Amino acid sequence: MSIWFVFTALLLVPGGLYFAGRGRAVALAQGEVASLHSKQEYHGAYLLIWGSAPALGVAILWLLFAGIFTDYLVAGQLGSEFSTLNAEQRATVLQTAQALLYGSAFGEATPLVQTASERYRDSYSLVNSAFAGLGTVALVLGALSGWRQISPRLRARQFVETAALWLLMAASGVAILTTFGIVFSLVFETWQFFKFVSLSDFLFGTQWSPQSAFEGAGAAATDARNAQIFGAVPVFAGTLLISAIAILVAAPVGLMAAIYLSDYAPKKARVVAKPVMELLAGIPTVVYGFFAALTVAPFFRRSGEAFGLTVSSESALAAGIILGVMIIPFVSSLSDDVISAVPESLRDGSAALGATRSETIRKVVLPAALPGIVSALMLAISRAIGETMIVVMAAGLAANLTINPLEAVTTVTVQIVTLLTGDSAFDSAKTLSAFALALVLFLVTLSLNIIALRVVKKYQEQYD
Amino acid sequence: MLDQIKLETTNPGATSTALLPGTMTPANPKITARNVSVFYEQKQALFDVDLDVMPNEVLSLIGPSGCGKSSLLRCFNRMNDTIDVCRVTGNITLDGQDIYDRSIDVVELRARVGMVFQKPNPFPKSIFENVAYGPRIHGMTKDRDELEELVVSSLKRAGLFDEVADRLQDSGTSLSGGQQQRLCIARAIATRPEILLMDEPASALDPIATSIIEELIDELRQNYAIVIVTHSMQQAARVSQKTAFFHMGKLIEKGETEQIFTNPVDAKTQDYITGRIG
Amino acid sequence: MTDFFDSPANKSSLHTGMEARERLRARYRAEWMFKALGLGAIGVSVGFLLFLFTTIFMQGWPAFTHNFVALPLELNAQTLGDEGVISEESLSGADYDAIVRTAIREQFPEVSGRTAKRTLSGLISPGAPVLLREALLADPERRNAPNAITLPLSDFADLYLKGQISRSTYRTGEGELAIEVSETGVLISGADLAAGLESSGADGKISLSREMPSLLLYAGGGVFKLETLEGNLATARILSPLDAGETTKALDWQVRLIEVPEANRKFSDREIVWTDKLVERQLVQAKFNTLFFTRGASREPEMAGILGAVVGTALTLVVTLGLSFPLGVAAAVYLEEFAPRNRLTALVEVNINNLAAVPSIVFGLLGLAVFLTFFGMPRSAPLVGGMVLALMTLPTIIIASRAALRAVPPSIREAALGIGASKMQVVVHHVLPLAMPGILTGTIIGMAQALGETAPLLMIGMVAFVVDIPGGFTDPATVLPVQIFMWADFPEPAFQQRTSAAIMVLLAFLVVMNALAVVLRKQFERRW
Repeated sequence: MSIWFVFTALLLVPGGLYFAGRGRAVALAQGEVASLHSKQEYHGAYLLIWGSAPALGVAILWLLFAGIFTDYLVAGQLGSEFSTLNAEQRATVLQTAQALLYGSAFGEATPLVQTASERYRDSYSLVNSAFAGLGTVALVLGALSGWRQISPRLRARQFVETAALWLLMAASGVAILTTFGIVFSLVFETWQFFKFVSLSDFLFGTQWSPQSAFEGAGAAATDARNAQIFGAVPVFAGTLLISAIAILVAAPVGLMAAIYLSDYAPKKARVVAKPVMELLAGIPTVVYGFFAALTVAPFFRRSGEAFGLTVSSESALAAGIILGVMIIPFVSSLSDDVISAVPESLRDGSAALGATRSETIRKVVLPAALPGIVSALMLAISRAIGETMIVVMAAGLAANLTINPLEAVTTVTVQIVTLLTGDSAFDSAKTLSAFALALVLFLVTLSLNIIALRVVKKYQEQYD
Repeated sequence: MLDQIKLETTNPGATSTALLPGTMTPANPKITARNVSVFYEQKQALFDVDLDVMPNEVLSLIGPSGCGKSSLLRCFNRMNDTIDVCRVTGNITLDGQDIYDRSIDVVELRARVGMVFQKPNPFPKSIFENVAYGPRIHGMTKDRDELEELVVSSLKRAGLFDEVADRLQDSGTSLSGGQQQRLCIARAIATRPEILLMDEPASALDPIATSIIEELIDELRQNYAIVIVTHSMQQAARVSQKTAFFHMGKLIEKGETEQIFTNPVDAKTQDYITGRIG
Repeated sequence: MTDFFDSPANKSSLHTGMEARERLRARYRAEWMFKALGLGAIGVSVGFLLFLFTTIFMQGWPAFTHNFVALPLELNAQTLGDEGVISEESLSGADYDAIVRTAIREQFPEVSGRTAKRTLSGLISPGAPVLLREALLADPERRNAPNAITLPLSDFADLYLKGQISRSTYRTGEGELAIEVSETGVLISGADLAAGLESSGADGKISLSREMPSLLLYAGGGVFKLETLEGNLATARILSPLDAGETTKALDWQVRLIEVPEANRKFSDREIVWTDKLVERQLVQAKFNTLFFTRGASREPEMAGILGAVVGTALTLVVTLGLSFPLGVAAAVYLEEFAPRNRLTALVEVNINNLAAVPSIVFGLLGLAVFLTFFGMPRSAPLVGGMVLALMTLPTIIIASRAALRAVPPSIREAALGIGASKMQVVVHHVLPLAMPGILTGTIIGMAQALGETAPLLMIGMVAFVVDIPGGFTDPATVLPVQIFMWADFPEPAFQQRTSAAIMVLLAFLVVMNALAVVLRKQFERRW
C-alpha cells in the first residue's frame, strides 16, 4: 500500500463524507437552506465526524495492538526451535527478524531469524488487512448511521462544536501525554537498570566505564563488576565542572550585556546589539560544537603548550567556554526582563540622592532584581546541564574525576549519546544506564525550572 | 523677613524686582530660575518661568495637573536629564551658579538638592541601609560610628526614629505608607542637601500621615529651602510661606501664600482657589 | 549625641569641597569602568559572533568550488561496447575505472611502477568513474565529445590547487647549470642551489630529509627533487624527466621551496609536479561545486554532498510542521479561549512551561523508548524524527500562539458574540484569523529551532550513513545538522571545509526563516 494511496484516501474519504452530508441536508430542505436548523456546512461536518470517528478508533487500536498481534502470530508459527528458547532470547529473535525485514539488521541472520522474518512479512499483511477491513466496516456503519440522522431539524452545529471542543481539549492533552511519555519511559528503563546495578553504586560509585562492560554484562545485581563500572559520580562531576565554567562565562557577560542594553545603550546601539544577541541564540548548537572542537580546543591546546601546560584537546575549558557563549543570550534576555521590571521610581530615588548610574545599578537595581537574576541563572544552568551537541563534540568520553579544567571530562549528555548510538542490544545494563542518567538529568533540570519559575513569579508579583 | 523679597506677578520675561538695585537684599535666593521652558519632544510643557527660591522658606507650586509644576521642580535637580526626550531652556542658578553649565556635575548637584517623590519609594533594603545609602555613596562619613550617628540623626529629624528605633534592620518596604515617606525624607536629608524638593509628598497618604509630614516640613524649614509641589491648596496654605500658581505651563501668579489665597491678583488664580478650574 | 545638622561644619563645602570633588572623581572612574564592562560584554558577544562567522566562512567558502579535470577519455565501441556494440546494457556495465585510469596514465607515459601508477590515478577522485557512468547513461551521445566531460580531482589535489597544502617560494637561478642523469641518480653542478636556505650543515653539506622543506629544481623541462647539497654540487631525484637526453646544460632554471615538509602533508612532491603539469596542459578548471549540492553522503570528500541531508531535513520538518502546528494551535485555542480556570488547566500550563525547558536529548530518549521500541516504528526515519521534533516544538508554538490570541482585544469577541455567533464561531471566524500572523511567527521560530536540532535525532538513529537520497517518510535519512555532526568527525581537511560549507547552508536557511518571521511580524503588526 503506497503512501500516496493513503494520502488520497485521507483526503477523499472525509471530503466525500462532508459533501455527502452537506448535499443531503440541502436536499432534505428542498433548497430552502434557511429552513435548516444548522447551516448545511455543519451537516457536512456532522457526517464527516460520524463516519471518520469510528474508523479513527480502529486506526488507534491498530497502532496500539497490531505489533502485539503480529508477534503472537509469528511466535505461534515458529515451532519448537523457538519455544524452547528463554524469554529474553525469544525477544531478541523477534527483534532481529523485524530489523531484517526493515533492512536495518547488522551481521548474518540465523535461519531461525530468517524464517521469523518471512513469517513477519506474511503476518503483518494479514494483521494489517484485518484491521483495514475492520476500519472500512466501522467507516461505513458510522457513515450510514450519521446519514440517517441528518434532518432539517438536526442540531448539527451544537454537535460539531462540541466535537471540535473535544478535539481542542485532546490537543492540549498532548502536552500532558508527552510528559507522561517521558516520565514513563525514563522511569521504566531506569527501573530495569537498577535490576543490574544498585542505586547507591550508581549514585555514589566513582568509577564509570560502561564501555568496558562485555556483552551481557550485568546479568544480575550480584555481579560485582557492575558496582565498579556504573558509578556515575565522575559523570556528574564532569557535568558540574563544564556547567560551572559555562556559567562563569555567561553570567557576567550576559548580565553586563543586559545592564548595558537596558540602562546605558543609546538607541542605535540597541538596534545593533539586540539582533546580535538573538542571532547568537539562534545558532544551532552543532555549529557551536564544531567551532569548539575544531577552532577553540586546538587553540587552547597550543596556548597551553606555549605556557608549558598540558591542555587536553578535549578540555573541559574549551567546551565550557563555548557552552557559556551559547547561553549568554539566554542569560541576557532573562536578566533584561527582570532588570526592566525594577520600577523606575527606585532608579529616580537613587538618582535624586546623587548616585551615579552605576551606583544606582549596583546598589539599588541589582539587589532589587536579585531573586529574578538568581532564577535566570538557574534556568541558564539547567540549559547548560541539558545541552548536548557542544559537549558531545568538544568534551571527552573518558570519565575522569577531576576539577582541573584543562583535563578532559565527560558529561551526562555525552554519556547518553555515546551509550545509545552504538549498536548494542537495547536491554543491556550499558544502554539502560543511559536512561538512568537521563532520568537524573530530567529531574535536575525540571526542579531547577520549577524553582526558578516560582521565584520569578513571586518576584513579578512583588512589583505588580 | 517676609518683606525682604517681593515676589510679584510679572509678565513673562520681566525681571524680578528682588534683584533690582535699591531693594533690601539681606539674603540671596538659593535658586533662581529665569526664562525656563521645558519641552517634551515638540510639546512645550513650561513657558518662560521666572522664580526664586529663598533659604529657610517653603515655596509651594500649585496648579491643576499637567500645568508644568512638576516639570519645573524636576529642573531644579536636573531629574529631567533621565528623560531622553526632555529639553530644558533658560537659566537656573544654585547659589549664583548655572546648574545647566557644563562645569556643573549632576551628581554633585543632586547631592546638594534633595528630592522626595510623590509615591514613597524606599529601596528594598533595611531601614538603616535606606538612610545610609546617600552618605555611603558620597563617602560622607569616616567610619561606622559616624554613619550610625548620621542615620539616627536623620531618622530623628524626619520624626521616624522613635517608631523604628528597635527595627532598623527591617526592610524599608515593610513600613506603612506614611512611615515610608518619612523614611524617604530621612534618606534625602541624610545626604545633607541644601534644598529639598518635594513632589506631592503627601498625595499617596492618609490624612493623619499627611499632617505628620506637614509638621515635619515646617520643622525642616529651619535648615533648608524647600520647594513643594502640591495639588492641595489647603496644604499649600498650611505649610508654605510663598506660593506660585501655574496654569497650562505658565506661571500665572507668585507671592506670599497668604496674599495668593486671600487676595489673588489674577482671575485664573481666583478661579483655581475657588475651585472653578482644577 | 551631636546632631549633624546643628554642627557648624561648613555645610556649603560638604558636597563641593576639595575632598568631595576628589571622591567624585573616583566615583566617576568607577562609573566609567562599569560602563566599559557593559560595553565589553556586548563587545565580547559581537566579537565572538564575528569570529565564528568569519572562521566558518573562510573555511567553508573554498568548498563551494572544486577543481575538475577534462581528460581526453577514450570513449569508443572498444571501451564502452559489448563486443564492439554499444547498448544501454553495455554502457551500464563498462569498466569506467579502467577508462579513467588509462586517460590519466596517458598524460604521464613516463610513470612506471605499481605504486607510482596508483598514486597517479589517485589524482582523480575515486568517484570519477561513477560520475562518468552516470553522465553517459543519462546522455549516451556525450561519448562523442569526451573532452567536454569533466571529472573531479581528488580532494588533496583540489586543496593543493587552492593553495591549502603548502606555501611555495620560487627563486630564479643565475648562471649555467650542468645536469647529469645516471643510473644512481642525478648530479647537478654549477651553482649554489642552497643559497638562501637557512640550515646548512657544519661541514657545509646539507641532506634534505622528508622532515625538511622540499627543494625542487626546475630546469631543462624536467623537475628534480634535491637530496643533498654541497657548495656548487647537488644530488637529486627525478620527478619529471628532462625534455631530451640524459645530460643538459641549462641557463634558465628555478628553485622552488615548498615550506611544508613532505612527511607532514598528504600530497607528495611527485603529485604536486603532476598536478602542475595537468594545469599547464590546461586540462584543469575550477568550477562551482555542483556535486556538493546534488549528492548524498560519501566517504570521499569530493563526492560528498548535502542533498540527502537537505531532503531528509525537508521530510522531517514536513512531519514536524504537520503535527505541531495543528496540535499547538488547537491546544492554545483551548487553553486561551475555552478552558475553565481550574487546577487541571493550571497543571497543563505548568506542564507546558516545563516541557519547554526539558533538554532536547530527553525528547530523543522518549522517541527511542516509545516510538521505536514500544510502537516498533522504523529507525532513522524522517517520520519518527519529525514526531520527536514536533513534541519538542509544541511548547514553543503553544506559548507563542497563546500570546497572539491574548493580544486580540476582547472587544472583537464581544462584538461577534453580540450578534449571536457561537463561541466556536467567534474563535474560528474572528479571533484566529486576527491572531494568525503572531501564530505563524511563533511557528516559524519553532521550526527554525527544529531545523537546528541534532541531539534528539541522534537518539532515534538518524546518524545512519545514508548514501541514497531518501524518497519517503520511512526511508532511512539524516538531516543537515546531523550531517554536519558526522562530517565534523572526519579527519580529512576537505571534509572540514565541507562541514563549514554545510554550516553556511544551514545558517542561510535559518536566516531566511528568521527574516520571514520578522517580515511577518512587521507586516501584520496591528495596533489595537
